[in-house]
Formats: sequence, C-alpha cells, structure tokens
Amino acid sequence: MEYRPARFEVLRNMDKCNGCNRCVKECACGVHYRSDSGKLCTRDYACVDCQRCVETCPAGALKIALNRNTFHPNDNWSERYIGEIYKQAATGGVLLSSMGNPNPMPSYFDRILINASQVTNPPIDPLREPMETKITLGRRDREIVRDASGRIAPKLVRGLSADVPILFSAMSYGSISYNAHAALAMAAKELNTYYNTGEGGLHKDFYAYGDNTIVQVASGRFGVHSDYLNAGAAIEIKMGQGAKPGIGGHLPGEKTVGDISATRMIPEGSDAISPAPHHDIYSIEDLRQLVDSLKEATGHAKPIIVKVAAVHNIAVIASGIARSGADIIAIDGYRGGTGAAPTRIRDNVGIPIELALASVDSRLRQEGIRDRVSLIAGGSIRSSADMIKAIALGADAVYIGTAALCALGCHLCRSCQQGKCNWGIATQNPELTKRLDPEEGARRLVNLVSAWTHEAEEIMGGMGINAIEVLRGNRLMLRGIGLTETELRILGISHAGE
Amino acid sequence: MLEGQVRIPSGCAVSGFINKDRTLTDGSRIIKSIACMHDRSNGLGGGFAAYGIYPEYKDYYALHVFYDNSEVKAECEKFLDKHFDIVNLSKIPVRKTPKITDEPLIWRYFVKPLPTKLASSQLDEKEFTVKCVFKINSYIDGAYVFSCGKNMGAFKAVGYPEDVGEFYRLDEYEGYSWIAHGRYPTNTPGWWGGAHPFCLLDIAVVHNGEISSYDANRREIEMFGYKCNLQTDTEAITYIFDYLVRKIGMSYKEACDVIAAPFWNKIQAMDKADRDYYNYLRRNFDSLLITGPFSLIIGHEGGLIGINDRLKLRSMVVAEKGNTVYMASEECAIRAIESNPDVVYAPKGGQPVIAEVEYGI
Repeated sequence: MEYRPARFEVLRNMDKCNGCNRCVKECACGVHYRSDSGKLCTRDYACVDCQRCVETCPAGALKIALNRNTFHPNDNWSERYIGEIYKQAATGGVLLSSMGNPNPMPSYFDRILINASQVTNPPIDPLREPMETKITLGRRDREIVRDASGRIAPKLVRGLSADVPILFSAMSYGSISYNAHAALAMAAKELNTYYNTGEGGLHKDFYAYGDNTIVQVASGRFGVHSDYLNAGAAIEIKMGQGAKPGIGGHLPGEKTVGDISATRMIPEGSDAISPAPHHDIYSIEDLRQLVDSLKEATGHAKPIIVKVAAVHNIAVIASGIARSGADIIAIDGYRGGTGAAPTRIRDNVGIPIELALASVDSRLRQEGIRDRVSLIAGGSIRSSADMIKAIALGADAVYIGTAALCALGCHLCRSCQQGKCNWGIATQNPELTKRLDPEEGARRLVNLVSAWTHEAEEIMGGMGINAIEVLRGNRLMLRGIGLTETELRILGISHAGE
Repeated sequence: MLEGQVRIPSGCAVSGFINKDRTLTDGSRIIKSIACMHDRSNGLGGGFAAYGIYPEYKDYYALHVFYDNSEVKAECEKFLDKHFDIVNLSKIPVRKTPKITDEPLIWRYFVKPLPTKLASSQLDEKEFTVKCVFKINSYIDGAYVFSCGKNMGAFKAVGYPEDVGEFYRLDEYEGYSWIAHGRYPTNTPGWWGGAHPFCLLDIAVVHNGEISSYDANRREIEMFGYKCNLQTDTEAITYIFDYLVRKIGMSYKEACDVIAAPFWNKIQAMDKADRDYYNYLRRNFDSLLITGPFSLIIGHEGGLIGINDRLKLRSMVVAEKGNTVYMASEECAIRAIESNPDVVYAPKGGQPVIAEVEYGI
C-alpha cells in the first residue's frame, strides 16, 4: 500500500464537459487521462492544484477543491504531518518544497498601518504634481571636491539607478525557463530597472539586456567568467537565500540540458550542485577579498551586491558586509520563494524580512555607516503596500520574485521542484515552456510594476511625500497594530493611536 | 506631554530682513513686521534672532540659557566653568508684561573654550562648543541652551511674537540682520525652548510648515552626532544646514540645492554641467532632501536665506529696498516696515533667495 492521500480532488461537471480532451493535453502531471475504455478519469493524488486545467477548459467544467475526504481530525497531528510521514516512510528522503513558506506565521506587514496628511500638511495629488519614484543604489560619497573656479566637481559614483524601487530578484535560467528569463529581461529594460540572473549564468541571447541585468556569483560559480561579470550592471554575491538559509542549491542532471549546460558551463546531464558555503568564504575577511576580486575583474565600475538570508544575527552580519566594500546589501526574509528547498528548512529557518530589515537599518545608523550601502529587501513583497512599508522601515528598494512569477501566470502550486510547471515557467520541457509567450509575459510584468508604482505614488502623495528617497527609513509614517512592545521596539515604530 | 516627548506640527508666520551694508537697526522694526501677521500664530510661541548685537563680545560665544530653577542653573554653571572661560554672565533683561507668564530663569554667558580642554578634545572651537551645548541640552535636565553663536542671539518665549519682543526689550538691541517667528503649534507644549528660532552656532532658523520627510531627515542627521531632542522640523533643518555647511563644506546655496533639489525631469533637461552637479547632489545627499510644505528663513553671520519647498506649498514674499532685503510669509509684513520697496516678488518653489552681507564696507 502506498498511503498517497490526495490533497485535492478534481471536480468535473459532466453536464458541461464536452469531452474535448483539452485537460488531458494541458496537464503535465498526468491527472487527467482517458481510461482504456475511453472514459475521462482523474488521478487526484497527482494534482498540484495549479489551475491550468480549470482555466483552459473551454467548457468551464472543471474545479479543483480541497479533498473532502477527511483524516480523523487532529489539530496536532494534522493531515499534512501525517501525509509527510507517509511520504518519508515510503522514500527515506528529505522532503522538498517550492516557493515561500505557506504556514500561518505572523505577517508584520499586515500589522503595520501607513499615515496620511490631514489639515496641518497638504496631501499631494500625483495626477497634478510630480511624484518621484526614481532610486539610486550604492554608497553615498560625501567628500566634496571643487574645481579651480570653486564649483563642486561632481564625481561619478559607482551604483545603480532605476525608475522604480522594484527589482526582479534572482531566479536562474534552469530553475525557470528561457521564456521566463526573456520576459523578465524585456520588462526590466522597458521599466528601466533590473532583473537578476540567479546562479545560472547569462544566456548569450540576453547579453543585449546587460544594462538591466544583475549577474549573480553564487557558491557553485556556475556560468561565471570575465565576459559574464562585465556584461551586467551590477554583480550580486549570493551568500544565502531566505527560503533556505545555510543551504546550497541543486539543479538535477535531467534539467542540465542544451543551452542550460552551456550557460552554466557544465557537462550535459550533470547535477549542478551549489555548495552550502562559498568555499573561499569562511568568514567576513574572505568576503572582502571576493568583493575586491570582483571589483578588480570589472575595473571598479560595477556595484557589488551581497545577498544574505535574514537570520537571527542579521544586523551584525549586515554591519560586517557594509564594511567589506560591498555597495548594496540584499536581505531575503524567511518567506522568500525558491525553486526547491528542503521543506523543514524553508518552513523553520530564518526570520521575517520586516524585523530583519528594521534591525539592520537601525544598526547601520547606530554605527554611522548606513550611507555606505543601500538595502534591498525581499522575501514576500506581495503588494505596493508591502513595498511602501519596507521602504519606510529602511529599504532603498525591494526585490520581487514570487510576485513577478504570478504576473507570468504562476498559480503558486508550489511544485516547481517537479519540473512539470504547466504554466511554462519552472520547467525545461519544450512542450510546456512554449506556453509562456515572452512578449506577453513582459507586458504583464510591466503592467504589474507600473500598477504598483501608481499605487505607491498615491500612498506617497497622501503622506505629502513627493520623492521616494525620503520615504526611506521614515518610520514616523508607520504605526503598528496589535503588536507587542518588543515587536514595536524592533520595528522602531509606535503603536496606532500614539 | 512636553516638547521632545511628542512630535508637534505647527503652522506659522516668518519674517526677516538684512541690511547688507551692516547698518544697524533696532528691534522695534522686526516686531512691527511680525505683529501684522498676528493671526498666523496662536500665542503658543514667538521668537527672534538678531545679528551684530554684541559687538563688544564679538569673539565670544553668547550662550542664552533657560533654567527651570536655580539648582539646575548651579549645575549648568559648574559645567560651563569646567569647559569655558566665562568673561561675562548676566540675566537677560526683560520687561514684565501680563501677556508673557511662567518665564523660566533666562541667563546669558559670553564664553570661550578653555584652551587646555579644547586641546585635549582634539576638536576645533566650534565643534567643541556644539558638543558642550548638546551635552547640556541632553543631560542637564531643566537647562536648555537656545542660542550659542558669536555676536548674535535668539530671544524666544511662549506668547505672541510682538509680546515676546516687548518682553525681551528688543528695541534696546541693534543688529544688521533680524528674523522673527510667530508659532501656531497644533498642540500645547507650553515650553519656551520649543519656540523658534532654532539655533546652532551662528545659524538661526525660522520655519513655517510641516515637513513630511522629517523622520528620514532626522535619522540621517542623527548618524552624524546630532541629537534631535525636540522632535521639531526646525531643529532637524538647523542641523542639516550645520552639517552641510560646517562639516561637509558646502555653501548655503549648495545646501539649499540639497534640501530643495530640482525634480529629476528638470535635472535631465539641464545643460551638462548643471545636470552633473544636481545628479551628484541628489545621488549622494538624498536623505537630506526635504519634502512637504515649508517656507524657511535661515540667518547666519554672513547673510540671510529664504527658501520654499519644491512645490511652494507655503507662502513667501521677498522685497528689496536699497541695501536691505526683506523676506516674509506675507507681503503685508514687509509693507508694514517698508512701504515703498524697489522690487517685490514671490520666489519660485525650491529657488533660494540668498542675501549676503557686503564685507569690507
């Protein structure tokens, strides 16, 4: 016996179903099939609830529901835990999951409220007045140099500049498809912001988008070479990821095919294993050397980002990074997404981005070094409101990954590790990847970021703020609701009503 | 709640003028100007700053101090004695009026840092003085230094500005530059230190508005050793100017280009030299941009500056007559003391008006 309880059940309305077979074609998970006798049947246990069949069914005959079949109710030994035990008892393996932590943990963004102007200070109407969302990232250089006539001689300072405070976070070519990368690259270019290669190298077709690309150097160093480093606008050293702090990465050999193996510079069919640590970085002084090496390799022209997972002592870690010569620190909270991570790590390791960001920003200010680095916050930025709150807590900009994938059609079925993404995003199966039209994807990404930006402008205007740089760290604009004294102290905000 | 424990936004009236040739004018003129904007304040704060009023002590820092009682005065004087050479001390003379009540003890000291203390601190004279003033204001509870420049002084109280001027007998002082403020706080702190102007060394700031960038500005400036004890906009703005001018080495014009930087789309349309200049300032001093409504008058020993926020959400009018430049929230405040100005204009949002004294005259 396999003990394979189905999480979902497929409901087919036989009154509507016209037997067109579309569902059988659309579902790469093999849920829908014709029996030998020609009957349309379902394998409910294989369903991941990605909604592909529901949305493509021309007759509107399908629904996916949580399985009504109920295990003996037990709040402690829930169906989830029992099912996971069955799985491990059957395989002896580590549980794998994808995307961010889905558990009902507290969201601090949901317990923070934003201010608006009334009477003593006018709100600003973004339809009638300029509202500035342009950001610059990197070290601030405050040493004034004057020319012979006494005028300030402006220096060129290494950094990034984007029209919106939203960047697409690292997702490798391999973990997501060529078409998904193409959509991200085109959207980044149109929005005048950046996307991030992740640890998959940069496909030769995308060198043309270099000015809008952040190239990543991670522990496996896949796809890293001189042209790659110099192709992007910035280099990101990936020390950690919010979904799996302390863990490396693993792209199975089956996915290391064709262009992916060429881009990663590894043989076809070989597993691409990124070690947990960078084996040349066992401490902060080693990080400094890698930062310096990358600067040397790029003529000191490219800003260096260091991406870390939000862990308990993140403030001290960030302070060390700020003193390592890095220009930007990206902090990834524990709700951040992933293409695959051990479930137990994804769900139990790391801390929320809100608390991590607030304590990092406060710590860097206490040490007087906040102006040496910019901060990018990621790890479940779900809306423009989350973004505004992150910036007011102290971020210069935010990274979005999950939200970007949703714009491309992801339905958060959290099954990327299976490589059968029916939406053509987290798969390399050519039959599936062609379902994602890069042009259409880019248009949807541009729409999403533009919509968030419009919303941000409205919220900023309400606060009477017409430049995003002075929203940064402007914690007086935030109030907590239902938070403890300790939580308020860490966030550096007052309670609503105060 | 006292000032400093809670953030208090306020509306206000500002006025100021400078005789660029350093001709001295007594305080009755500025009182007359600010008095005609009576309705812009609500009796909860008024104040003045005057430049050139202490020529006999022009090389000494003039500390104006509020004390809650004589015990704290003794404590503060002990501190001053330890760090400064005090060449003169006295009560600041006042004229009792029923409109100004509950006054603290108000004292004035002319001081110079003790050479031995100064040498061991490894600071320059100004920084040493600033550090000492911060120490008193932060750690000696009940003592508050509200003016610490050379050959200048601030005078402020809870009350309408014209009554405050009367109280401090400003008609008996003569200065080449004067600024004044009437306050309309949306709360009732009832504390004299919260009135404007806010001063640090020779910088005195009066402000009308409520800045929306306050906490971003405050947290930035506090990184550089400033302590925003009062939680008022004016305090943060004063420190921003001190930081940019004294510590970074900018001119007042350049500092204005930071706090009221042009919009990016305007910058992109400029010629290359200007574009590079403003890009550099916005890129590297972005946390000191000030947003939200303000009209500011900033006094310093070398001149007077008037500036509005980028959208001009507060009024400000400038006039000139001969060697004198006037700035005020409303034209009436200028007409009240100069009925026939050569020019009158309203400066555009974000465009500083900079009047400088003519040295060598």
